[in-house]
Amino acid sequence: MEAAVLEQTHRQPAAIAAVELARVTVRFTTERGAITALENIDLSVPEGGFLTLLGPSGCGKSTLLRVVSDLIRPTSGSVRILGGEASAARARRDIGFVFQDAALLPWRTALENVTLPLEVGGRNSRPGRRTPKELLALVGLSGWENALPHELSGGMRQRVSIARALVNDPRLLLMDEPFGALDEITRDRLNEELLNIWEETGTTILFVTHSIYEAAFLGQKVLLLAARPGRVRETVPVPLPNPRRIEQRESLEFIELAAHLRRVLETC
Amino acid sequence: MSASTIEAAPVPETFSNDDAAQARFEATRRYLAWRRRLLPVIATVSILVIWEVSVHLFDIKPYIAPAPTAVAVKFVEKFGLLMTNLGPTAIEAISGFLLGNIAAVLIATSFVYQRTVEEAFFPVAVMVHTIPVMAYAPILVLLLGNGMSAKVAIAAMICFFPTLVNMTRGLRNVNPQHMELMRILSASPTEIFFKLRFKNSLPYLFSALKIAAATSVIGAIVGEWIGSTTGIGALIIQATYNFDSPLLYATIVVGSCFSAFFFGIISWAERISLKWNVAETI
Repeated sequence: MEAAVLEQTHRQPAAIAAVELARVTVRFTTERGAITALENIDLSVPEGGFLTLLGPSGCGKSTLLRVVSDLIRPTSGSVRILGGEASAARARRDIGFVFQDAALLPWRTALENVTLPLEVGGRNSRPGRRTPKELLALVGLSGWENALPHELSGGMRQRVSIARALVNDPRLLLMDEPFGALDEITRDRLNEELLNIWEETGTTILFVTHSIYEAAFLGQKVLLLAARPGRVRETVPVPLPNPRRIEQRESLEFIELAAHLRRVLETC
Repeated sequence: MSASTIEAAPVPETFSNDDAAQARFEATRRYLAWRRRLLPVIATVSILVIWEVSVHLFDIKPYIAPAPTAVAVKFVEKFGLLMTNLGPTAIEAISGFLLGNIAAVLIATSFVYQRTVEEAFFPVAVMVHTIPVMAYAPILVLLLGNGMSAKVAIAAMICFFPTLVNMTRGLRNVNPQHMELMRILSASPTEIFFKLRFKNSLPYLFSALKIAAATSVIGAIVGEWIGSTTGIGALIIQATYNFDSPLLYATIVVGSCFSAFFFGIISWAERISLKWNVAETI
């Protein structure tokens, strides 16, 4: 399997890779037999990079994020996160995770949800440069600090969840289909905002999606995964200039890229 | 920073000022609220009126079925007696409620952390739960004597099982993503318990507590049937044996009013502490 080396972004090439996976395989044993979720995944993302993971359902995209965040131990292969063990990076709070359906604690207000990472984990819970209140302002939720999750729309909940993931200034942000359940208008808006946050914080982002347009618009590179077993099909660099604007999706390069991604996906 | 310039909040101008429409909306809402309150009252009053008329019309003997007015007269006449008997029953029911539920919560917690304990003791709890309260009440009176402790124990046992089952489920049914979040944050087991599992179990706990509020009173009353001289249960037995049906009915009214009051307090506590849980609170 060819190594998917993502050595170039528009930023300075970093000395160490933020994420470095070599021949990572994950197998689960279930009552219906063993399943290979990921097979021989090679992957490298430089610090400050933005990689989108695109693939059909069952290709192990979510499993891959869970390997990177030390929630799942790979059956074999090596995982280096920010130059060390994934567990060490997690313990240092260098990893922020944004879940599919926001995963806010329903009994906590927006502000209390953002504050949660500072309350748990004992000595690991160092505060970041920005206060929880400033982070809520960053994601456009000033004035909603005391709202409970059920009082917020799906898009607003996901904004809170992004603010929560940023509270420890993570060097690596993992996003598991964060905008999958949102309407297209909200999703477009949040895509642009996410790119702004990425520019401003300089964090590395791994973004899982099943939307071709989202993958192409956000990523500096798109990693295409094939299903059953989950494996790398192709790594596609995105030729769009930075900073990105939503109108760029009407450009010829973008349309060609999306068409290419679709053709590859059909064979996955 | 353009992220913060994008409007996230719905602007107030979304709602235009149409006073007439607003007034109509408010009037409909008030009407519906009154309807909801009045209909049960009308239904209750109708039943009482039909009952009263039937007793006179068919000349039913007071010891077979007393007229509501006779019950009301007895209630006023024997108010002191009824209240002195409510005292012990209330104490037994509340103590049993606390004891049974605290035990259930602690055991549910041990179930969640020690599967072995659950595997060993849950079948035992199910077995005990299948025994009717009328069957184990005499056993507990024999074991604990004729004092209050036997009644407290009966009330506790009747509360125990629903809370155990609900609480175990509530502590365990944690959103897997919340669990993953806690693991990413390196949360300690204590933090996971108090900041996630326990909070998550509260809606389950309260639905069990609402059941327990009513059943603990039943437990205390059943306990008093066996050789007790005071309490609502004892008064029920005495009134029955004396063919004093009006007193029997008045006693039942006092007992069920207390149950309803207890239930109301728990519902109120639920509303206060579960504001976030829109699915459960009506």
